[in-house]
Amino acid sequence: MVNPKVLILRTAGTNCDQETAFAFKKAGGEVDLVHINRLISGEKKLSDYQILALPGGFSYGDDVAAGKILANELKYKLADDLKKFIQDGKLVIGICNGFQILVKSGFLPGNSELKQETSLIINDSAKFEDRWTYLKSQVTSYKSQVNCVWTKDLPEVIYLPVAHGEGKFICEKSVLGKLEENGQIVIQYCNQQGVLSGYPDNPNGSIKNIAGICDETGRMFGLMPHPERYIDIYQHPAGKFAALKSGRKEGDGFKIFQNGVEYAKKNL
Amino acid sequence: MSWYIEVKDKEGIFDAVGEGVKKDILDLGIEGIRDVRFSQAYILKGALTEADAKKIALQLLTDPIAQDFSVKKLSEALLERKSLTESIHKGEFVVEVAYNPGVMDPAEASIRKGIEDLYIKGIDAVRSTKKYRIFANLSEAQLKNIAEKLLYNKLIQHVAGLSEGEEKVALENTLAAYEFKLRTVELIDASVKKLEEISRLGQLFLNLEEMQQIQKYFKKLKRNPTDCELETIAQTWSEHCGHKTFRGKIKYTEQVTGNGSRVTTKKTKLIHSLLKSTIMKATQELKKPWCVSVFKDNSGVIRFDKDYNICFKVETHNHPSALEPFGGANTGIGGVIRDPMGTGLGAKPFLNTDVFCFAPPETLFKDLPAGTLHPKRIMKGVVAGVKDYGNKMGIPTVNGAVLFHERFVGNPLVYCGTAGILPRNMSFKQVKKGDLVLLVGGRTGRDGIHGATFSSGELTHESEAISSGAVQIGNPIEEKKTLDTLLIARDRGLYRSITDCGGGGLSSAVGEMGADLGVDVDLENIPLKYLGLTYTEIWISESQERMILSVPKDNLEALMEIFRSENVEAAVIGKFSGSKHLKLYYQRKLVCDLDMEFLHNGLPDYHKIATFTIPKFKENKAAVSKDLGKTLKQLLSHPDICSKEWIIRQYDHEVQGGSVIKPLTGVANDGPSDAAVVRPFLDSKRGVIVSCGINFHYGFLDPYLMAGSCIDEALRQVVSVGGSVERVAILDNFCWGNPDKPDRLGSLVRAAYGCYDAAVGFGVPFISGKDSLYNEFTVKGKSISIPGTLLISAISVMDDISKAITMYAKEPGNLIYVVGDTFDELGGSHYYAVTGRSGGYPPLVNPKKALQIFSALAKASQKSLIQSMHDCSEGGIALAAAEMAFAGALGMELSAGEIPFVGKSRFVNQKPRRTNEVLLFSQSNSRFVAEVRRKDRIKFENLLQGVSFGLIGCVTKDKNFRIFGLEGKPCIEEHVAALKDAWQKTMRY
Repeated sequence: MVNPKVLILRTAGTNCDQETAFAFKKAGGEVDLVHINRLISGEKKLSDYQILALPGGFSYGDDVAAGKILANELKYKLADDLKKFIQDGKLVIGICNGFQILVKSGFLPGNSELKQETSLIINDSAKFEDRWTYLKSQVTSYKSQVNCVWTKDLPEVIYLPVAHGEGKFICEKSVLGKLEENGQIVIQYCNQQGVLSGYPDNPNGSIKNIAGICDETGRMFGLMPHPERYIDIYQHPAGKFAALKSGRKEGDGFKIFQNGVEYAKKNL
Repeated sequence: MSWYIEVKDKEGIFDAVGEGVKKDILDLGIEGIRDVRFSQAYILKGALTEADAKKIALQLLTDPIAQDFSVKKLSEALLERKSLTESIHKGEFVVEVAYNPGVMDPAEASIRKGIEDLYIKGIDAVRSTKKYRIFANLSEAQLKNIAEKLLYNKLIQHVAGLSEGEEKVALENTLAAYEFKLRTVELIDASVKKLEEISRLGQLFLNLEEMQQIQKYFKKLKRNPTDCELETIAQTWSEHCGHKTFRGKIKYTEQVTGNGSRVTTKKTKLIHSLLKSTIMKATQELKKPWCVSVFKDNSGVIRFDKDYNICFKVETHNHPSALEPFGGANTGIGGVIRDPMGTGLGAKPFLNTDVFCFAPPETLFKDLPAGTLHPKRIMKGVVAGVKDYGNKMGIPTVNGAVLFHERFVGNPLVYCGTAGILPRNMSFKQVKKGDLVLLVGGRTGRDGIHGATFSSGELTHESEAISSGAVQIGNPIEEKKTLDTLLIARDRGLYRSITDCGGGGLSSAVGEMGADLGVDVDLENIPLKYLGLTYTEIWISESQERMILSVPKDNLEALMEIFRSENVEAAVIGKFSGSKHLKLYYQRKLVCDLDMEFLHNGLPDYHKIATFTIPKFKENKAAVSKDLGKTLKQLLSHPDICSKEWIIRQYDHEVQGGSVIKPLTGVANDGPSDAAVVRPFLDSKRGVIVSCGINFHYGFLDPYLMAGSCIDEALRQVVSVGGSVERVAILDNFCWGNPDKPDRLGSLVRAAYGCYDAAVGFGVPFISGKDSLYNEFTVKGKSISIPGTLLISAISVMDDISKAITMYAKEPGNLIYVVGDTFDELGGSHYYAVTGRSGGYPPLVNPKKALQIFSALAKASQKSLIQSMHDCSEGGIALAAAEMAFAGALGMELSAGEIPFVGKSRFVNQKPRRTNEVLLFSQSNSRFVAEVRRKDRIKFENLLQGVSFGLIGCVTKDKNFRIFGLEGKPCIEEHVAALKDAWQKTMRY
């Protein structure tokens, strides 16, 4: 079986591209770091890839609002290609700045007109914070359940770092209701025991402690925490000792990349 | 038509910025603020219709979920502004802040791009402003106070809404065009008085001897210099660029006083170059084969593995940070990142460090000298500046320290460091005749003019007015995209040499790269941010984010294509000529023609005077503190020691995924790590350790001993995280007062000798360094000098990061050891500081014994025998053990009597005291607290053969931190939560 091809999108200010590439490679992906100019010029084609990753960083300095300018660039210059990519059953993941971009371009939670329905705004603490968060990954309280490809079979509570200044998830009640009903809220900030709790467990004040959502197909996933920063046990903030004590041999973020690559291998 | 777009949060959205300002106003002591609301406004100029403006507002500038917008004609928006009288009457104020003309607005380029993406054309200019609506009953004076202390800095910004009649300030940003006229300076016939005046009025910071040397040079040429030539010499000869103090001659006198203040012995010697006779000498003598490039390039380079080298540099940005903390620190970190980028053929930065010294944050406003900013504002601004640049560059900030002293009130210290990694075969550079000079990255503006010369003088209350041009703000995204493309170009071998534009701007960068060959530059080819720059301003501007490359002609097209493909600007600005002259042209006219030999080696031969009086130490006999538990908590709350979590969390310390030992660790990730361990490559277990040693308190007693202690501290931190000192290289950063004053220079010389002796003793080479002198603030004729402050930064290679050790206590029942001898050395200690004492005997170093300890512990770490380890610095053993306990949320039961103590003094006349205070709080060097499993006891102790150690207790489950004193009963007994709270509460902002 051939290794799925992963396009990691870069532009001015992208800065988590290398570690995201490492995570996909380790999971068995064949990775290409591509500057957005090459997609717009047609030199590279999105359709040649099975997975699109929008990594973290500060695209265009996060000027105006985090991810906004790249979101517009995607929406006005690459929307058709990206829509086709999703229609073809392919996979998309947006991490941190990538999540902000997917939300602000209207691809997440997703509708045909690409109307922005949710947002990620400045943290309640009014500052950038780098801290590790516990995440409830099996949100089962909803009526129907989208099968999110990326979060499949994750342990009930995982541990990943966040590092952002604008990660507070907000939306109107009606949209929230729809997200809940569809089961699109796939990870939430919680405490070590898996119970939803306030700051600093919820590092930014997100409604319903939302840390990540997927679209209705379950193939596009956006999240504020950084799974690519916890791939092996040496990245645990309390050291190898703590990582081994939790009984895991890999970092909690690795499974997410494996899920993407395995799905692509089987289905694309 | 010009449009004014305002974007506000919707009702019900939490206004985090407004809330923060409200809290800050309360901190100023102004009460009764009902509310503060923040909004953002944009002024768009150009051929835009109302429909265009609305489209831009709706689709680019507004978050549809969280915000609303309004679009008005600019003229109408200005008319709507309320007068101050009306605002006072209503109790509702609007303060609107915009950047000054000539100051770069980092958002402008991004917004223009965003507008282009909407397929809207005809935009001429974009301005962004910040608007604060303050709902309160304030007087005009109170409003001004709030605005000046919190909302803007007049050096880079201006404001509408503050005074009557000024509410209509248009927040413009246009400059007039420049018309060329060659300016010369009447120099060859100038009198002594006139020469001094030329230097002073021109902000050249050249002394009379130097001015006379320049006069002599031009007399020989039978012509007056152009302004550009004089400026070029001033830049090149500035302390900032030329390091005259460290490289020049010094007549140094060391004296010993007898009883009273009578001088008993005195010896004088002439030092030809302090740098070559101390710092560099140590490196030469040590001859470490893994040192690749030292004191030559923009940073020091050592071997990493068979394919890669690593490089490290630490810089300071003190003067700019005093005036504009955000911009100063922002461009400080931006500048030091360019050092590895400009080392060899370019290194990829993979970690940052930051060390700050400020006046105490609780300083009262009434105690501030005129012309200084409040230390809390400086601290917040500096932290925000480092955060902004470091985070946006995607480089983890992993190590640092923050210290406080009253004498930093006029001159805060901002040290920023960056380490990079580069292929072994790309570690050197060359320039060939005929190569093109290529300028890559940001455009040149009127920012940072005279930065290099201004930082070579003392600050005064007038500095903020006179030197405002030296202050600037950075644009990290410009630097990031430049870095991305440079690494691609480097790997394709398209250029031969690279360096960064820092202090002195192009004048230094191009001048140095062309020092051997000579260079011709066409100043008109330099891309400008806006109109209005003179040819001299273009040449000496210190605009950020610029790199200079030397490019073979045949590679130019391929190289330009790489930059173009990622929207990075590059321009050919000249050629390395072979004429051995620096020739600058503007509109085809020669505006500067200097002999490179004179420029780089023409400094006059004179010497500075330095004196130092060997101190006599005396014990402080004041009564000891009774409640040692309380003292321990006071120590934990001391600003130097307390948790810096508020700062650390604002830095991304994990981007690139490489950090293994992070700045915060423990069961709740909030304990203080000693050093950082980072993996440059995620598929390898080879890592890099960085640490720092700094303690100006010892310098008050003897700068020589301070140097030894700083080096010891940096090394023991390396050992604490499981490293070995066999592959440690160090950097020196001296921040001192005015070296033209003999006592300041004397203590600097003394510290440099301390560096030499300790570096040779420990076998650790210096690979690079930097000095920042003239850190003095003159107010009303009185000069406040900073404490002479030496920062030692260490970098080391760790073969296997799986052996790295964290500092927090792991498991109840494990044994606690102290390794290394304790002496009665409380001089300069924080124990004395919190108990209000001074004097005493400062810690000495004994490199030979220390190396035995370091090496034994490194072996134990290799065999994974140590569960946790922490070095003993400020606060001594009690503090180190307490931090380990609360970070692990476990208790400890320890016995002071088991601490290995040496009763024989290393000082004449001292009678060492073996008391609880001395054992627990003495800050003797080369000591560690280590946690070992009971089953490993024998193996561990066997490895420590020949080294002093004591088994002082064990880790307990009950969360009580208990130390038994010499009398056999507990002298400290505290719950670890209380200790942690004491440690965290000081800086819980």
